[in-house]
Amino acid sequence: MNRVLSKTVSTWPGWYSRPRWLVLALALLAGGVLFGSLGAGAFSISWSETLAAFRDGFASADRQHAVIWQLRLPRILLGFVAGGALGICGAALQGLFRNPLADPALVGVSGGGALGAVAAIVLGVPGFLQGLPLVSLYAVPAAAFVGALVATAVVYRVATWQGRVRVATLLLAGIAINAVAGSAIGWFSFVADDVQLRELSFWSLGSVGGASWEALGASVPLLLLALAVLPRYARSLNALALGESNARQMGAPVEEMKRGVVVAVAMAIGGVVAFTGIIGFIGLIAPHLFRLAGGPDHRWVLPGSFLIGGCLLCGADVIARVAVAPAEIPVGIIVSSVGAPFFLFLLLREKRRGGVE
Amino acid sequence: MKGIVAGLLVAALGAFGTLSAADAPQRIVSIGGSVTETIYALGAQETLVGVDTSSIYPEAATKLPQCGYQRMLSAEGVASLKPDLVILAGTAGPATALEQLEKLGVPMVRLSHGYSVETAKEHVLKIGSVLGRDEAARKLVEGIDAQVGAIQPGADTPRVLFVLSRGGGSAVVSGKGTAADAMIRLAGGKNVAADFEGYKPVSAEAMVSLDPQVVVTTSRTFSDLGEGGLEKALPGFSLTSAGKANQVVVMDDLLLLGFGPRVGEALQELSAAIHPSASPKAAQR
Repeated sequence: MNRVLSKTVSTWPGWYSRPRWLVLALALLAGGVLFGSLGAGAFSISWSETLAAFRDGFASADRQHAVIWQLRLPRILLGFVAGGALGICGAALQGLFRNPLADPALVGVSGGGALGAVAAIVLGVPGFLQGLPLVSLYAVPAAAFVGALVATAVVYRVATWQGRVRVATLLLAGIAINAVAGSAIGWFSFVADDVQLRELSFWSLGSVGGASWEALGASVPLLLLALAVLPRYARSLNALALGESNARQMGAPVEEMKRGVVVAVAMAIGGVVAFTGIIGFIGLIAPHLFRLAGGPDHRWVLPGSFLIGGCLLCGADVIARVAVAPAEIPVGIIVSSVGAPFFLFLLLREKRRGGVE
Repeated sequence: MKGIVAGLLVAALGAFGTLSAADAPQRIVSIGGSVTETIYALGAQETLVGVDTSSIYPEAATKLPQCGYQRMLSAEGVASLKPDLVILAGTAGPATALEQLEKLGVPMVRLSHGYSVETAKEHVLKIGSVLGRDEAARKLVEGIDAQVGAIQPGADTPRVLFVLSRGGGSAVVSGKGTAADAMIRLAGGKNVAADFEGYKPVSAEAMVSLDPQVVVTTSRTFSDLGEGGLEKALPGFSLTSAGKANQVVVMDDLLLLGFGPRVGEALQELSAAIHPSASPKAAQR
């Protein structure tokens, strides 16, 4: 199998090592973005103060240090991990659907996750689970995970026809899932009380402003699990690019991969959506940006998309918290106002290539 | 130890009756239109360093740094104004931002939430005490009492409907548990929409069956809807008693719904307007 797969890679002779260097460069860039965004925010904190905050440690009583430790650090980390998860999930979905227009929000996975989270907020935790440790912390992410899982499975079922995923059906399935989620969320917001309504409106906009160490603690394990699983399917995704029957003949574990990718994506998106609301388009943009320079080999596209996605959301969040300080723009609005035109551009390009059926 | 010292300090303050204005907070962020209004009414506006977008009265308040909408605060944004006190209306949020502010150790005073003259007075007194302006607060409360006391009980209980619209689209009416519902009752009217809770849109037929004698709305709704817009946004309005007699009362948003220091004035105005027979010169249209 490996011999055949490496042939697909060797269609870029001389570029073979380029994606590796690109991922390395992106990792450095990500470090820079993470560190740089520590210095940006409504509260003006000098770099020497920022470093002092790290020297004094978590429990420092200083107000500026508390801003760094309690607000910015969890927020930056959540933003990066969430953006990264959206990026890698976008790359995995695009590989699974063999379609460059797949995006967690576009194909309804995020919508399903949001529906799960909203249901958990409005309906609350079922009585027999109440009082158990960790339930209050994990109830919303778990519900978001289930919602995302169901949505991914349904979209995949609907969009696959004789082993092939059709673009039009895929996007329509996404529209349908989003419509179902939207109407269900509408029902929930109709019965929700004032406090719940305010929490719900948070979902529709998307923000990492609510980040805390607790939120990180609840979402990161889900994300890490997914991130550990997805790269294992990189070679199979490469084989799948040649078509499902070809992939089978090459010995790729197609069915196992499908299930694995769907569950991992749902887990990661569930973990993200539960704490950030719906943030669209990162999963669409990040893999495209990577492929522009790094080629289509999933072994590099997956980590590359993670890094690019993290940088994008982290960077957008800097704009979100600085642009109208001391007020704040929900980051979802910033991302989608860049992402939506990008989606249109992709659609036009695909049309010119004759890729949209 | 710190807690004990603080406790003693509070006890000492209690013993001396009041906080002197010099020890009072000097950098205040006010979240909530009525909170800001109260701070101005108490003459403490020079201590304000930031407000939220609902602080629209007096107009000078809109020139201060804005922390965004009161329900969508950003913890770092509020903290960046380096307040030594944040006064929050009961509706302020989101909860995560308030938790974050607490973790940062930003001193906060959160007012209760409620729509009554009693809560309005309580809020004035509370703000007065944290600002070291108890005397001014007491005077303000006496003023409210006098205004409320001067309201003539109407001979009848008119059927009133409150209408709100943002951006000139469809309108919603106020059911139970809203500020408008409380104002209508306190002004001696009957809220015809009290069968449901919160703000809900209403169909043409439901509108006719509610049959209000007076429709109350805010000046912002009125200007958003434009000339003749009320008929369009409220299908069925022209078939109601209020529509036929053109009984529409328009009042300033924050004055009518704020339950702030002007609550007495607002009740006087509303009461006079919905009882047209008692005072023919009321603010009618």
